[in-house]
Amino acid sequence: MQGSENIISIEHVSHSFGDKAVLEDINLVVRKGEFVTILGPSGCGKTTLLRIVAGFQKASEGIISIAGTNVTETPPHKRPVNTVFQKYALFPHLNVFQNIAFGLNLKKLDKEVIQKKVKKVLKMVSMTNYEERDVDSLSGGQQQRVAIARAIVNEPEVLLLDEPLAALDLKMRKDMQMEIKAMHKKLGITFVYVTHDQEEALTLSDTIVVMSEGRIQQIGTPTEIYNEPANAFVADFIGESNILNGIMIHDSLVEFAGHQFECVDKGFATNEPVDVVIRPEDIYIFELSDAAQFSGKVTSSIFKGVHYEMMVTSPEGFEFLIQDYHCFNVGETVGLRVKPNDIHVMKKEQLCNTFEGIMVDKTHIRFLGETFECIENNQFEAGSKVQVNIKFDKVILQDNEEDGTISGDVSFILYKGDHYHLTVLTDEDENIFVDTNDIWDDGDRVGITIPPKAIKISPLAN
Amino acid sequence: MKKNLFAFAGKRRNWSIPYILFLGFFVVVPLILIVYYAFTSTTGGLTLGNFTKFWNQPEAMHTFVFSIGVALITTFICLALGYPAAYILSRMESKTAKIMVLLFILPMWVNFLIRTLATVALFDFFRIPLGQGSLYFGMVYNFLPFMIYPIYNSLQKTDKNLIEAAQDLGANPSQVFFKTILPLSVPGISSGIMMVFMPVISTFAIAELLTINNIKLFGTTLQENIYNGMWNYGAALSLIMLLLIGLTSMLNSEGNAKAAEEGGLI
Repeated sequence: MQGSENIISIEHVSHSFGDKAVLEDINLVVRKGEFVTILGPSGCGKTTLLRIVAGFQKASEGIISIAGTNVTETPPHKRPVNTVFQKYALFPHLNVFQNIAFGLNLKKLDKEVIQKKVKKVLKMVSMTNYEERDVDSLSGGQQQRVAIARAIVNEPEVLLLDEPLAALDLKMRKDMQMEIKAMHKKLGITFVYVTHDQEEALTLSDTIVVMSEGRIQQIGTPTEIYNEPANAFVADFIGESNILNGIMIHDSLVEFAGHQFECVDKGFATNEPVDVVIRPEDIYIFELSDAAQFSGKVTSSIFKGVHYEMMVTSPEGFEFLIQDYHCFNVGETVGLRVKPNDIHVMKKEQLCNTFEGIMVDKTHIRFLGETFECIENNQFEAGSKVQVNIKFDKVILQDNEEDGTISGDVSFILYKGDHYHLTVLTDEDENIFVDTNDIWDDGDRVGITIPPKAIKISPLAN
Repeated sequence: MKKNLFAFAGKRRNWSIPYILFLGFFVVVPLILIVYYAFTSTTGGLTLGNFTKFWNQPEAMHTFVFSIGVALITTFICLALGYPAAYILSRMESKTAKIMVLLFILPMWVNFLIRTLATVALFDFFRIPLGQGSLYFGMVYNFLPFMIYPIYNSLQKTDKNLIEAAQDLGANPSQVFFKTILPLSVPGISSGIMMVFMPVISTFAIAELLTINNIKLFGTTLQENIYNGMWNYGAALSLIMLLLIGLTSMLNSEGNAKAAEEGGLI
């Protein structure tokens, strides 16, 4: 079914609302006939990207081409795409038939042709005999079907779907997922689907584009995204996972959680710090025996229908999330084992916080829009630009934002087995990363202090 | 005794009693009186004479038809001026739009008699003769805000997604307007028409002041009759006007139901 021909190409697209950047240098190619899902948490820019493709929004920068034509300046009514809107956007003054025939009427098609096409598409979404119904009298699921019918009746080259199932209940959503997938197969056109639901993305797509904070994190097939996440964000967002700090001793040998493990990853520097990802179903749990690579004590065990979900704490103080068909009771000591193939080693995106700063005087330095006290420094003159490095675990977060030198919002939390790795977005729109044992919530407003000792000053790189 | 009073005031349904009394004395009773007077002669006997008198008096009939004409033309002018204004307002940034709407509504804070008298003075100052032209000017000037506001309200509430959906389905800007924006604002339009048509048909002060009583409207005829003690004939004329207004309301009722749902004015 899939040709190698590209239907959509997005080149260097950036977009900002005011001075808030929502998309940063997006590059994406969609092949003809593909089912592409743009996946990401709310506010990651996925809907904006879709709206730019549909033409409702003009990108601040970049080029959009559809079917080989540059459509960057083309208004939406001249683009060969149709959209299924999140809240359906059915015309309340028209009945089901008139809604679906809207696009065909604009094309001035023959009455009989329109009649025939509408009937056919209604049959396709299993809504035959609903022609004369008022759209307000339909249930959410039925309205969604009409919205899909209204879009596909125009036979667009690309169908854009903006979280089309977000407003439906779970059961309905599952049914509609299957129907959408079947529809894609039958129509053979390109689907671009936006969702925040990772399970939906894994179920439906040929290709998943994972987005976060206006950037593409990874593009790949569902299995690639699940089995080989490109970074800790993707690993955490897609499915559940244990993410730990590790050290790559040498090729095929990684140390984490206080033990050394054989793995299949190569090409890292000797003793390079890395992130290690293990899916909860990939840790073997059994009664303690010689086969165990390490041991742990079960701290919680919950029945999840098909499997049990257990939390196991190792003597070294690391927590692991484990899913298994067998139940182990709380308090039991168990043996654990991970196969080399199931250990995913990822390059760390950053090893410590790095900022550009300016020396104010011997004991003060200015960065992140504020002046911080630092240890007396005679190497750099006042006013000279320097590089500031701060280790993740040296940054201190305060409950009261007034107590901090600067303040920010917790924007992303990653549990690393024995501590939390937090991303805090400061008011200057810069990210500062923090390792902490305290529990914070996403969106928490915090004050940030950095002890003078933690501020390491070095000459500016390059 | 005091306890009983508290219990009485405590029941929420009892709070409506003053309103019901007001409604009874000032709406229901007068209506019954109008009907009673309309169907009785000066001597008190039952008769249809008051209606046949209206039917046979060409002058009254003429004023009646003329009044409807004036109301229709005024309503049409208000719609022609009001819709574009409301549309432009609805496209504005909400802060600016709010100030503009306030400016449109602001003249309403001044009593309309004072406003009309000021208009007369203005016409005198510019030596523009008072007549049909000044009548329409006064009508439109007085009732235009009643057209703009409901239309603005319904346009402003139009779901932006619907406009995007129309664009998405291939509608160019003019098609977007005629196929979605205009039909979706129909409740506002019908509400606006009611708000203008109904008061215009019964007004007499504007006609009196702005044409120095040269042009008579139905409201004037009615007022003259009542003023001169012709209660029965006046009541019959009132009833005819009430029926006309009732009829327009009924024709509009569907639109009004929707407008009420969407926060139109009536």
